[in-house]
Amino acid sequence: MRIGVITFPGSLDDRDAQRAIRIAGAKPVALWHGEHDLMGVDAIVLPGGFSYGDYLRCGAIAARSPIMSEVIDAAHSGMPVLGICNGFQILVEAHLLPGGLVRNDHGDFICRDQRLRVESTSTAWTNGFELGHEIIVPLKNGEGGFIADRDTLNRLEDNDQVVFRYLGVNPNGSAHDIAGIANEAGNVVGLMPHPEHAAEEGFGPDTPVAMRSGTDGLIVFTSAIAALQTI
Amino acid sequence: MPTIVVEVMPKAELLDPQGKAVAGALHRLGKSEFTAVRIGKRFELTVDGPVSDDLLADVRALAENLLSNTVIEDVISVHMLDIETIPAGGTH
Repeated sequence: MRIGVITFPGSLDDRDAQRAIRIAGAKPVALWHGEHDLMGVDAIVLPGGFSYGDYLRCGAIAARSPIMSEVIDAAHSGMPVLGICNGFQILVEAHLLPGGLVRNDHGDFICRDQRLRVESTSTAWTNGFELGHEIIVPLKNGEGGFIADRDTLNRLEDNDQVVFRYLGVNPNGSAHDIAGIANEAGNVVGLMPHPEHAAEEGFGPDTPVAMRSGTDGLIVFTSAIAALQTI
Repeated sequence: MPTIVVEVMPKAELLDPQGKAVAGALHRLGKSEFTAVRIGKRFELTVDGPVSDDLLADVRALAENLLSNTVIEDVISVHMLDIETIPAGGTH
């Protein structure tokens, strides 16, 4: 099982995503934004960071980079695609996911261990969770406020496309406390929190059990591996 | 050389935290006559050669598809720079 991680100029969490994929049991494959080659991978992760320095709009320039034409084709043909933080912003700018992400309503960058509720287990990246599962995953963003018009929000809610919802605190003013969404087919998922930072004991978020022991994010990656094995 | 100007603003119904911060600064400076500030973007596209209607149509499409994200922003204006000469210190 080979899962590609695309590095854009300004990506930060590509190595962490690769590590999470390896811990989950798949082979991470480094992909470069300037190529037109997905190297035969079975799934794709768009990592967090500040591609192109967040110039123009977060994710806007990366969404038009060469490899994205292959990513868009692959996504439309059902390949699992995950966008984390800046990767989520790239997916909405590439119109693979609806809505938009705007500056946090309080105006500050926020970094915290965030509680989330898993709202859909019918996606390629969440099939290993229990529905309603409460997890803790690090969150770090300045422009993570999810917005969409009323019709789009209703459609997301009605079609089981809201995948993760913030619990306790809405850290950025996101509509309906939305932390992550999926496309209609469920193969493309984007979320602002960082599951790849909650994949290894000793390096994860604090939990009630022990400091830095949280590994809830690993299930995102093992879910994709399970989804690919059933194809 | 001819220059095409594209102006983009965040959608009116969206909170503009940047504008809100500037409004707060104005208020602290005692400029209480300004009740709100909104901040947008202005692009200046320089063209090598004459600007045809086709090119302007291209820019209008680019303004919608790349320079703005219509989910969160509105294109306010696409126009030539030279028809927009405002005299320095003039009233508008």
